[in-house]
Formats: sequence, structure tokens, C-alpha cells
Amino acid sequence: MSGTLIAGWLRLAAARIAAERVHLTELDAAIGDGDHGINMHRGFRALETRMAAGDIATDAPGSLLILAGRTITGTVGGASGALYGRALMRAGAALEAWSGEPGMTSAQLGAALRAAVNGVAALGRSRPGEKTMLDALVPAADAFEAASAVGVDLAGALRRAADAAEAGARATLPIMATKGRASYLGERSIGHLDPGAVSSALLVRALADAAAGGA
Amino acid sequence: MVALVLVGHSPELLRGLRAMLAQAAPAVVVSVAGGTDTGALGTSASKILAAVRGALAEAPEGAVVLLDLGSAALALEMALEDLVPALRERVRVSRGALVEGAVRAAVEAAGGGPLAAVLVASEVPPGHDKLPDDWPADGTAPA
Repeated sequence: MSGTLIAGWLRLAAARIAAERVHLTELDAAIGDGDHGINMHRGFRALETRMAAGDIATDAPGSLLILAGRTITGTVGGASGALYGRALMRAGAALEAWSGEPGMTSAQLGAALRAAVNGVAALGRSRPGEKTMLDALVPAADAFEAASAVGVDLAGALRRAADAAEAGARATLPIMATKGRASYLGERSIGHLDPGAVSSALLVRALADAAAGGA
Repeated sequence: MVALVLVGHSPELLRGLRAMLAQAAPAVVVSVAGGTDTGALGTSASKILAAVRGALAEAPEGAVVLLDLGSAALALEMALEDLVPALRERVRVSRGALVEGAVRAAVEAAGGGPLAAVLVASEVPPGHDKLPDDWPADGTAPA
């Protein structure tokens, strides 16, 4: 697996978000302002366009992630754009010294994942259990590290990370939101999935699938 | 004279507010960052950064930033991280309500108030009531 994993992931993520945009927006309409799918789709489409046009070089994973983060921050808008942008930029900074060849190690990817998750937690002043993206992202990073530590290969560890992210997203259902727009609803946020946790799980699954596909 | 930077999700909202401020305090520099890079509803760290830099370039005394909603604070924080310390120390971020805070801050700035005074003016005190004292507390129209 080479540095093209990251470019392949971002393209796959853009396609998955396009396919799920109505679902994400419906989730957000229940507890937020009903635009999460629209915003994410706009941002990832802009990213895909810039990558395809060569405005963003796709060979060096670190700088690709940093430029992707800038694009997402400026085009998704609002809190989720800032948080996803920060995640991508921090992951990019963690990989900046790496040319993309010969191949990404689990240690490199684990460090990038952890840097991304920590960036989201710091900017959002949040932690797991508050009905946010972190409810998917923290279990994903934990599962990746745990699997890698017992010798599971990169693709296998990512599959476990994606499973953990999806379980974490499902577990936001009974939580009362205390962060972000959903917190305006108080107890009425209980019984709804967090759209940010769902989109986070989607992104981790896309990463696992990109790795499994040898992208 | 201290400048203002307005940060919000809607370019139209900020355009309207800027027109109000131009009438109330025409000498005050007002820089805006509304919407995403593509003009959709949202915020953009790079737009905010450009607006703050623009305000500081014209106002050596500094700039007070006002936000429409708390979710804009994340993009603002990212933008401020990209400012060099010499510029960042001339920026203050207000907890005030956007419209009332901006009008009060603009009037204070136009009067030559320093950065700290403009910040205080922008943060309308809690419990401030924009309705007359005899207006019914339940929000119904006065008899």
C-alpha cells in the first residue's frame, strides 16, 4: 500500500458522502439545523474537484491532507467544517515528513489518526459521551491502536476501527447532547443519532475500504 | 480608531448589518467574513483571517470581532492561530450579541475609545432589556 491510499480514501469518501447526503441531512434536521449532508457534500465535492483539476497535488499524503483540510474548512462551513478541517490538517502534519513511498506503516497511520482525533477534541472542547463526532472517532483510534498492538495488519486494524466507529455512532442514540447546535434541544436530542458521529463513521469506513481495496 | 470584524454564517446578514453601522458610525472600519468560500451559509477560517488582517491593516489600535453564533468560534479560533503574535495581540473577541453589540461597539470606536472599551461596549450586559420598563414581562403587547 502506497501513499495513494490517502488520495483514494478522499475520493471514496466524497462518493460515499454524496450517496449519504440525504440521510445525513435528515439526521441533522431532527436535532440540528438540517444541513449536515448538504454541507459535507459541498465540501467534499469541492475537494474532489480541486484534486481532479490538479489544484491539490495528490502524491505527498501529508500536504494532501493539509490542503484537503483547508478546503473542507472553507467550504463545509460552520462547526463541522472547522472540526473536520482541523482533523485532516492535524493528520497531514503528522505525515508531513513522509513522501508516501514505499508504504504507510500502521505506526504512521495510527499517529495520524490519533493526531486528528486529538485535534477535534481540543478545538471542540469535547470528549466521548457528549453526542459528537468523537463518539465515533475516539473508539476508532483506540481500536486501530489495539489491533495494531497485537499484530493485526493495517487493513485489518482499519476494519476494526470502522466497526468501532459505527458502534460508537449508534451509541449516540440515547445520549443527551451538550455540545453544538443539538444542545439547544436538551432532552429532545435523546433518541436521535448524532449526524457528526454518523459522518465520522462513514469516513472511517471509507478509509478501511480504501485500504482493503489496495487503493 | 478601533475597527470591527463581523463573522457570520450569512453574507446577506452581515451586509445589512454593515450598512446599519455605516450609518451609525461611518468613520469606523468594518470588515466582514460571511459564509463559506463559495458563498454558501457557513463560515470559513480563511475568509475570517483575511477580514481580520484587513481590519488590522487599517486600524493600528486593533479590532474587535463579533460572531453571529457559537459555531463560528471554531473557524475563528483556527483563523487567529494563523496570525502572527504581533497582530493577534491587537485582536479582541466579543461575547456580545451580534447586532446590538456591533452597534454599541461602533459608536464607542467612533468616539475614539481604546480596544478594551470597545470590547466592553460590544458585550451588552446580561439582563439588558431592549423593551421599555412597562412592557409586559410575558411578551404580550402593552395594553
